[in-house]
Amino acid sequence: MADASQTPMTTQVLVVSAPPAGLEREPLVAGGHGIGWLSDTIAGVAEGAMPAWWKYCFAISVTMMTVCFGCILYLMSTGVGVWGVTHPVMWGFAIVNFVWWIGIGHAGTLISAILFLLRQKWRTSINRAAEAMTIFAVMCAGIFPLIHIGRIWYGWWLFPIPNSNGIWPQFRSPLMWDVFAVSTYFTVSLLFWYMGLIPDLAVMRDRAKTKARKFGYGLFAMGWTGSNRHWSNYEKAYLILAGLSTVLVLSVHSIVSLDFSVSQLPGWHTTIFAPYFVAGAVYSGFGMVLTLLVPLRRLLKLEQIITVRHVELMCKVTLLTGSIVGYAYLMEFFIAWYGGNPYERFLFLQNRLADPFIIGPLCGIKPAPYWWAQWMMIICNVVVPQFFWFKKIRRNMILVFILSILVNVGMWFERFVIVIISLHRDFLPSNWGYYSPTWVDILQFLGTFGLFFTFFLLFLRFVPLIAIAEVKGVTPQADPHHPLGGAKIGGRHP
Amino acid sequence: MNERPYAILAEFENPAAILRAADKVRGEGFRQWDVFTPFPIHGMDRAMGIRNSKVGWFSFIGGVTGYATGMLMIWFMNTLDYPIVIGGKPMFSPFSAFPPSYELTILFGAFGALLGMLFLNRLPQLHHPLLKNRRFALASHDRFFLVIETNDPKYSEAPTRKLLEMLGSTHVEFVEE
Repeated sequence: MADASQTPMTTQVLVVSAPPAGLEREPLVAGGHGIGWLSDTIAGVAEGAMPAWWKYCFAISVTMMTVCFGCILYLMSTGVGVWGVTHPVMWGFAIVNFVWWIGIGHAGTLISAILFLLRQKWRTSINRAAEAMTIFAVMCAGIFPLIHIGRIWYGWWLFPIPNSNGIWPQFRSPLMWDVFAVSTYFTVSLLFWYMGLIPDLAVMRDRAKTKARKFGYGLFAMGWTGSNRHWSNYEKAYLILAGLSTVLVLSVHSIVSLDFSVSQLPGWHTTIFAPYFVAGAVYSGFGMVLTLLVPLRRLLKLEQIITVRHVELMCKVTLLTGSIVGYAYLMEFFIAWYGGNPYERFLFLQNRLADPFIIGPLCGIKPAPYWWAQWMMIICNVVVPQFFWFKKIRRNMILVFILSILVNVGMWFERFVIVIISLHRDFLPSNWGYYSPTWVDILQFLGTFGLFFTFFLLFLRFVPLIAIAEVKGVTPQADPHHPLGGAKIGGRHP
Repeated sequence: MNERPYAILAEFENPAAILRAADKVRGEGFRQWDVFTPFPIHGMDRAMGIRNSKVGWFSFIGGVTGYATGMLMIWFMNTLDYPIVIGGKPMFSPFSAFPPSYELTILFGAFGALLGMLFLNRLPQLHHPLLKNRRFALASHDRFFLVIETNDPKYSEAPTRKLLEMLGSTHVEFVEE
């Protein structure tokens, strides 16, 4: 040791040898392209004419959106009687759809915020589209509680705005917390999305061929130059927004779950709801991201930027969150049995689990009225994600697409099970009923897909669907300590 | 009329080159200069001698304001302006007032971060001499630019140009005001 301190200082060059073939990670951008290629490819989607499929999809989406607004108009002009809601099920499709859509949004925030804090570089290829999905999904979600209040023209009473009656909202109600959670979620998601867009809007401005485009993109880019003094503040603000969005996203679906769990109803009144809802939300959101991006990467020829590795990683998150959801189901059933509350036990066995084929006859009980919804939910949310254990399935785009749709279907049924099954049979048998949706309910739900896809297709048309600056930043060409980034003595293998 | 150009602009091919150049330019004692890149380069803040961003303070003040707004608003509405007993519980409880206040903390904090960033960057700006430069459009594409303004006290035309060329710039030009 004494000798070591006396040896003269020498410049040491640490050269790390490449990992053996087969252990090398797949690059985040395949093909070894330069950073200019990324601009050309991604911005190219939003420049020039859109392909034929876009036009057909847009026409269909706008039609469906019109149907949605038509249904709302019919509802407003006639009354909530046009829906299937009646005693005892007063929360019908509207609340099911609200909870489902708002859950969809959660994957976008998880990708943009939580994966950013965890330094998951692969998020850069998918975060922009996922955040857009969040915003449009929250828009679809927001419609439902608003029209569900019945007299829509009093919707503004939800907000603490002074009115001529001199009364204020009642803040002990979780429904009031929901108003704040959802409107904050929408606003913060929009801010985060817009801030991420600023450098990319500058890219679009600098590439614009016409004066109108230059002006339009220039206006929203706000004079962004790419100055490093600006980047310094920008990155700090991005980090803070990511941190705030993380605590936000965990709170939003927790508060949505409190709408249920603060009540006394069996199946609603449980403490597991908040984490269980958040896991379910992220699970369904990743299902939707996969449903959107798996076809898009092919249709828009972005396979080298949204690579198979990205799809695989998303499948793994789906598997993880799906398994958490499965565990939560198991816990619900266990507690229903172990807790000894007869109403809770009745709900889980007689109202949910009892199917007409196996469990019902075995236990000698009549099948539950909505047994099919319960089993749909268990198959889609517990069994389906387990397929993602297999690498062959994760890398098969057609299978991933089909499974991702089943994830969405399953999560919709979960919301249906929670809302409808708990409500339709409560403590008194004389108080029981059966809920079925009307055509207005169904068309309205389908119509929100029109709204969602109209906005999503417009997003593809006008804005870079992948965060150009962020993807550039994670390529080896952007790393000043990498030989591809121009480093003369690299600390890493080329 | 000031006939002097606005700045001297040097183009670099890759992030390592501009990082070295920035380090050197800071070492030379320039003050009115900046680096323009398509993405933030790791280590550039240190090379340029930029200190930790102050955006955090804006966000913090926003968050505190949001929380206080939420709590005070609910206390005022449900206790003072329209007191109404719900389930025999106290008029005001910080527990039931917490969720909306928590959301407002995040809302105001997020606005603080975004608006603070824009304020510190003096954005939106309607005009910037560099944005008129045709070559500079590549700063959002795949090139890296180092710009020294002519009103920098250390600036003098020939030596500054020579310095930038020596640092490995592939293209040096003057930007008009």
